[in-house]
Amino acid sequence: MKILVCISNVPDTTSKINFTADNTAFDTTGVQFVINPNDEFGLTRAMWFKEKQGATVHVATVGGPSVESTMRKALAIGADEGIRINAEPTDGFFVAQQLAEVIKTGGYDLVIAGRESIDYNGGMVPGIIAALLDINFVNTCIGLEIEGDKVTAIREIDGGKETLETSLPLIIGGQKGLVEESDLRIPNMRGIMMARQKKLNVVEPVEAIHAIKDKTFDKPAPKGPVKLVDAGNVGELVKLLHNEAKVI
Amino acid sequence: MSVLVYTESENGKLKKNAFEAASYAYKVAQDMGTTLTAVSFGVADASALGEYGVSKVLKVQNDKLKVFNARAYAAVLAEAVGQEGAKVVILSSSTDSKYLGGLLAGMLKAGYVPNVVAAPDSVTPMLVKRMAFSNKGFAHTEITTDAKIIGVSNNAYGAHENKTSLEEASFDPSLGEGVFSTNSVNIDKVSGEVTIADADIVVSAGRGLKGPENWGMVEELAKVLGAATACSKPVSDMGWRPHGEHVGQTGKPVASNLYIAIGISGAIQHLAGVSASKVKVVINTDPEAPFFKAADYGIVGDAFEVVPELIEKLKEFKAQNA
Ligand SMILES: Cc1cc2nc3c(=O)[nH]c(=O)nc-3n(C[C@H](O)[C@H](O)[C@H](O)COP(=O)(O)OP(=O)(O)OC[C@H]3O[C@@H](n4cnc5c(N)ncnc54)[C@H](O)[C@@H]3O)c2cc1C
Ligand SMILES: Nc1ncnc2c1ncn2[C@@H]1O[C@H](COP(=O)(O)O)[C@@H](O)[C@H]1O
Repeated sequence: MKILVCISNVPDTTSKINFTADNTAFDTTGVQFVINPNDEFGLTRAMWFKEKQGATVHVATVGGPSVESTMRKALAIGADEGIRINAEPTDGFFVAQQLAEVIKTGGYDLVIAGRESIDYNGGMVPGIIAALLDINFVNTCIGLEIEGDKVTAIREIDGGKETLETSLPLIIGGQKGLVEESDLRIPNMRGIMMARQKKLNVVEPVEAIHAIKDKTFDKPAPKGPVKLVDAGNVGELVKLLHNEAKVI
Repeated sequence: MSVLVYTESENGKLKKNAFEAASYAYKVAQDMGTTLTAVSFGVADASALGEYGVSKVLKVQNDKLKVFNARAYAAVLAEAVGQEGAKVVILSSSTDSKYLGGLLAGMLKAGYVPNVVAAPDSVTPMLVKRMAFSNKGFAHTEITTDAKIIGVSNNAYGAHENKTSLEEASFDPSLGEGVFSTNSVNIDKVSGEVTIADADIVVSAGRGLKGPENWGMVEELAKVLGAATACSKPVSDMGWRPHGEHVGQTGKPVASNLYIAIGISGAIQHLAGVSASKVKVVINTDPEAPFFKAADYGIVGDAFEVVPELIEKLKEFKAQNA
């Protein structure tokens, strides 16, 4: 089985979000970039398929040279090879077309992407890829078992979960639950050393359409101070929620 | 050229988000000088859509489409788009809508913007305000393709009544080969419980509750309020609560009217996912807990005393206001 894990490179979850002076772009000054958490779960699941079922695992990212450190981390975790599509990932449709091309030429059986990138929260790349390639798709995937080309997947739904049967080729939008938090891997010294020897291919983007463009950004309005209610006077909170906030 | 809205239903009844999506879609249709067509699945009586600006509803009644199936539903919507000559499709931000949003975007070669929180800044060009960076910021995004898909955030634009004369038409999609290649074999869902996505009120608890055996009071508080229960990430990682309850940047997003956080410190990743809630209440022993800075109301106190007391007071309040 040939697996491609799509990795987006996102600001570390603790990052303060700021925009450039004219509010037209995200200000990356001082921001640490990491593997998108949803993709980290998927990558760990891919490692399981590699170790238990002999799968080959490649990782792909659409991005400029600066994403290579994130890709090296994925290689250190255990992916066999990396592919960087050399273009700015400005919109999800564009990114999906680039990845679809890599998937088609690479002949992957299983593509693991994330439910969403935690930065722009697009949540569209895997679905668009599925439609462009006309392959099966399971989103918000929290469980994945493969026997031959038969697939059993579990997806999160509002208020529960649903078990689905499908077949390869398949793309998933994964998230926490695909593997447990405690199973996530931190690259060790040996992995980091080995990653240096692994291939990281750079390919140029194919011609593609652009579908959306972020024009400007702004931040939520600052919050007023909290209104504290004495712990001995809980009834007051009920009154405030009813009369003032009008939420009960 | 109309605007098309996918109106979600459950067990044959339209969901609250269907009316929110329809209201939003009506606004877009008005701004574009056109009318609004809805697509519903397995809804016998869709007349309520006429209260929210829908001029025509295409009713799909097909046993194969009783259970949500992203690929098949996307194919049906694409066919409806063709029939109606629609240029704009409006979806909600439910798990199902987000599942089919990407598929539909790929099929229609449409720009898709989910998590939209306000009426469009403009319709020509189509410029919408959406949440980004998990509520730490907003983007004003232009959709530059001919076909356009907008996913409306829950509880952001709201449902607005606009009485319209509604034409109900049945719609019998062609359902080509291959659309049923990913199929549901089991749905595991506690029926009758409010889900985090649909809830007006969410009661959430964190590591401050010390152990899973202490969730009884959280569930009772939720019950009194008709609320959904949620938890912080470590609580689900430790297996105290199911993963589906984990909210925050890497969990489910919360956009309720009221969010009550009990024994949750308010880490940046937690706040990122819940800050779209309109009113936030924090109960925490530590007055320095960061969550107080992001809250509207707070009680500095021990959850094991405050929560039972709050349940009592709410019961009294309900008895008086019944
Ligand atoms: C990549 C990444 C992603 C993450 N994503 C998420 C996410 O999506 N959602 C999320 O929640 N977290 C997330 N986290 C974890 C986050 O950083 C925090 O660790 C977590 O939110 C803390 O959970 P908590 O508030 O329950 O626990 P703690 O931080 O331990 O807080 C417990 C609180 O309970 C209070 N307390 C103790 N006893 C009582 C009592 N008797 N009565 C009242 N209060 C009491 C304490 O004062 C304290 O404030 C993420 C972390 C990382 C690194
Ligand atoms: N620039 C990118 N390069 C590779 N994969 C990406 C990129 N952007 C998004 N993805 C994949 O698509 C998923 C959903 O991303 P998004 O649609 O941007 O929210 C991510 O979790 C990744 O798996």
